[in-house]
Amino acid sequence: MAELRAPDECGVPDPAPFMHPIMNKNYGKWVFHSHPKPGVLYHRAASGDELWTVKCGTARQMDLYTIRLLCDIADKHSDGHLRFTARSNVEFGLTDASKIEPLIADLGKHGFPVGGTANSVSMIAHTQGWLHCDIPGTDASGVVKALMDELHEEFIKCEMPNRVKLSTSCCEINCGGQADIAIIVQHTKPPKINHDLVANVCERPSVVARCPVAAIRPALVNGKPSLEVDEKKCICCGACFPPCPPMQINDPEHSKIAIWVGGKNSNARSKPTFHKLVASGLPNNAPRWPEVGAVVKNILAVYKADAQPWERIADWIDRIGWPRFFEKTGLPFTKFHIDDWRGARNSLNASTHIRF
Amino acid sequence: MAKKMHDTPNLDQLESGPWPSFVTGLKREAAKKDIMVDLMGQLEESYKTKKGFWKGGTVGVFGYGGGIIPRFTELKDANEQPMFPDAAEFHTIRLQPPAGMHYDTKTLRQFCDIWDKYGSGLIAFHGQSGDIMFQGCTTANVQPAWEELNEMGFDLGGAGPALRTSMSCVGAARCEMSCYDEAKALRTVINNNIDDMHRPALPYKFKFKFSGCPNDCTNAIQRSDMATIGTWRDNIQVNEGIARDYMKSHGMDKLVNDVISKCPTRAITLRNKAEAVTSGSISTVAVDDQHVLQIENHDCVRCMHCLNVMPGALLPGKDKGVTILVGGKSVLKIGASMGTVVIPFMKLESEDDFEALNDLSRNILDFFAENALEHERTGEMIERIGLVNFLEGLDIEIDPSMIVHPRTNPYVRMDDWDEEAEKWNERKSAA
Ligand code: HEM
Ligand code: SF4
Ligand code: SF4
Ligand code: SF4
Ligand code: SF4
Repeated sequence: MAELRAPDECGVPDPAPFMHPIMNKNYGKWVFHSHPKPGVLYHRAASGDELWTVKCGTARQMDLYTIRLLCDIADKHSDGHLRFTARSNVEFGLTDASKIEPLIADLGKHGFPVGGTANSVSMIAHTQGWLHCDIPGTDASGVVKALMDELHEEFIKCEMPNRVKLSTSCCEINCGGQADIAIIVQHTKPPKINHDLVANVCERPSVVARCPVAAIRPALVNGKPSLEVDEKKCICCGACFPPCPPMQINDPEHSKIAIWVGGKNSNARSKPTFHKLVASGLPNNAPRWPEVGAVVKNILAVYKADAQPWERIADWIDRIGWPRFFEKTGLPFTKFHIDDWRGARNSLNASTHIRF
Repeated sequence: MAKKMHDTPNLDQLESGPWPSFVTGLKREAAKKDIMVDLMGQLEESYKTKKGFWKGGTVGVFGYGGGIIPRFTELKDANEQPMFPDAAEFHTIRLQPPAGMHYDTKTLRQFCDIWDKYGSGLIAFHGQSGDIMFQGCTTANVQPAWEELNEMGFDLGGAGPALRTSMSCVGAARCEMSCYDEAKALRTVINNNIDDMHRPALPYKFKFKFSGCPNDCTNAIQRSDMATIGTWRDNIQVNEGIARDYMKSHGMDKLVNDVISKCPTRAITLRNKAEAVTSGSISTVAVDDQHVLQIENHDCVRCMHCLNVMPGALLPGKDKGVTILVGGKSVLKIGASMGTVVIPFMKLESEDDFEALNDLSRNILDFFAENALEHERTGEMIERIGLVNFLEGLDIEIDPSMIVHPRTNPYVRMDDWDEEAEKWNERKSAA
C-alpha cells in the first residue's frame, strides 16, 4: 500500500496555456465574426487582430495515428494549437488568411471533411453503443459513420435554412441529447426475464422502485425469488434493465428506431424546445441503417425546401403546423403521436387554431 | 506482432464512404494491439446478433471512487471462458479536458504516447458531458495509465452518483457574444467542489454547464442540473458601420424578413430617421441614410436572434452577467425537463462575484445532497417538492422572471398571503 501514489486532485486545467496565443491576447475582446465560406469562420477583435478558423469533422472515436495526424496538421498550419467542439469537430486557428487554402487542401488529402459551420448539418452528437455501453440497443459510432456518409454533402455545404444539429442514442435514456433531428432506439416489447439469474444479481426492491408505471412485482418463479412484469402496463422504457440485466429489454428484432424532430437548446427566437416523435418502427439494420438514413434525408430535404431563412426545424414547424409537417414529409400520423404520459394534455390543441 | 484479425464483414462495410471511419482507426490499432483485435471481434459479434455484450463492474484508481467506466465482456464460451479474451476487460478512463477544449499538440502527443503504452489506442474527443474518453484498458493498466495522465496535470472526470465533468463554450476565447469568463466560472465551480466528483456520494449525478450567452452552445439548459448562461440587462450595443455594411450586402427585404419580423417579442422597429424615438431604454442604429433600426430593450428577451443575424452590428450590452437555471435533465422518472430560472441575473465580473457563484453552487449541491431521493435528479426533486420550497431552502428571493405565468389552480393554502404581500412591498420600497 505504501507505494501507491496519491492522486493530484488538480481538477479542470486552465485553458490559457493550450489556447492559440491570439485567443489569449484578445480574450473577451472579440467584436465581429463572419462566415467567408463553408468550414471557415472569421473573427475580429477590438484590437483589430484577425483570426480565421477552419473546421473539420472527425470520427470522434479516433486511433492514435489519426490524432497524431491532426497534430502534424496543427503544427504545420496553426502554430501547434487546435480545439474540439462539443460535436467532436476540430477547429484550427489561423492568423494569416493565406494559410486557409493550404490547410483545407491538407485536411482534404487526409480525408477530413471541412465544413460544419453556419447552416450546415453538423457532426452528430452521439453515445457509446455496442462499442462500450452496457445497455445499448444499437451501435453509436457505426450509426453516425453511416449517416454522416449520407449527409456528407450537407456537412461541407451550408445550404440549410439555419443550422441543423443531429443526435443519436442507443437506448431511450438518450445520452445523445435533444436535437433538430434525434435518432433513438425505441423498445417495443416488455423485458424478457431470465428468472434463474434475478435472485443473484438484482436488488429486487430497487428494481421495483425504478419502474415508472409500477408494472414490476416481486414473484416466486420455479421456487426462486424473482420478478414479474404486468405486460399490459409495461411501457417498454427499459428503466428496469440497468439495475437488473436479467430483465433483457433489447431485442434484435423488436427494438426499433424512432425519429424525433424540433429539439433546440438555443434561446434564439423561440424558447428552447424538446424534440418530438415523428417516426418509429424503423429496423435496427446494421451496418448501414439505410431505412433510418432515408427518413432523415427526407425530413432534411423537405425542411431545406420549405423553411424560411433562419428558421430552425422547430421554428419552421411552428409556422407551418404539425398537420402540414406530416403531409409534406409523407410520414404517417398515428395514435402513438398523441401523448398519454404525465402532462400530456399540455400537448393537445386547446384552441380553434387550425390551419387548412 | 498482434494476433490474427477476426473476420469482420459488417465492420468492413463501415470503411467505405466519405466520412472518416472509426473502423479504419480500429484496424490500424489492431495491427499492433491484441486488445483491439479482440475488441473488433466482439463488436462484429454485436453487429451480427444486434446485441450488446458488456457488463459493468468495479474498477478504480487509488484515492478515487469514480471516473473509470469498467467493462467486462459477456461473450463467453461453454466453459465460461471469454470468446475474445484480449478484450475481456475494456475499461474507459474519463479525463477532464481544459475548459473550452483547447489543446496544444505537445499535450495531445503525450496523451497518445501514454495510451499507446497502456491502452487500446482508441480515444474519444469528447463524451457528451465533455470528458476525454480513453477507451479500452485492462484492469492492471488503469492505475499506471492514470498516474501518467495525472502527472501531466490532468484529473479524472465524474461517473456514478457524483459531480460530473463540465463543459464551457468557446466564449470569451473567440466569440463576440460572450457575456462572462466561462472558463473561469467553470474552473471556479468544479475545482472548488472536486471532492464530490472523486468520491461519489450524491443521490445521483449532478452536472454544471457554462454557456457565454443565450445561444447556449453547450446545451446547458437541457443537459445540466445547474446552467450558467451569460446575458446582459442594459441596452444592446450597436455599431453603425457594420449595420450599414449588413444593409448594403443584404438589403431591405432581408432586414425586414430576417431580423425585424423574427424578433419574438416585436421589440425591434424600423423607422424613418426623422421619426426615431429617443428614450433611455432604446438602442438606435442607422442602417442607411434614411432608416434607423430601434430596439426597445425593456421588451427584448435577450434571445440573441438579431445579434446572430447582424453579427458585430448588434452586440450584448455592457452590464453583463448570467442567468442561472436549475434542473435540466434527460429522461427517466419525469421525462426530459429544462432548467428553471432561479437567478434571473447575477453579475459575474469581480472576484467577489465568482465567489458568490461558487457559494450558490455549493449551496445547491448541499441542498440536493440532503433532499433528493436516491437516483433522483435535481429537476425531479424540484418537481416533487415544488420550486418555492427549493428557493426557500436556498434562501433565494422569488421573482416573477421565474415563471411563465402565475398559477392557474386555486388549490393552495394561502393563509399568510398578507405577510407575503408585505415582503414584496418591503423589497420593492428597499430597491
Ligand atoms: C447504465 C449505464 C449508462 C452508461 C454506460 C452511460 C454512458 C454514458 C456515457 C459514456 C456518456 C457520455 C459521458 C461523457 O460525456 O463523458 C453519457 C452521457 C449521458 N448520460 Fe448516460 N449512461 C448510462 C446511464 C444513463 C442514465 C440512467 C441516464 C439518465 C437519465 C443517462 C443520461 C445521460 C445524459 C443526459 C448524458 C449526456 C449528458 C450531457 O449532455 O452532458 N445515462 N452516458
Ligand atoms: S443512450 Fe443508452 S445505450 Fe447509449 S450510451 Fe446512453 S445509456 Fe448507453
Ligand atoms: S420496461 Fe419500464 S415499464 Fe416495463 S417493466 Fe421495465 S421499468 Fe417497468
Ligand atoms: S454560447 Fe454564446 S458566447 Fe458561447 S460560444 Fe456560443 S454564441 Fe458564443
Ligand atoms: S435579442 Fe431582443 S431585440 Fe433581438 S430578436 Fe431577440 S428579443 Fe428581439
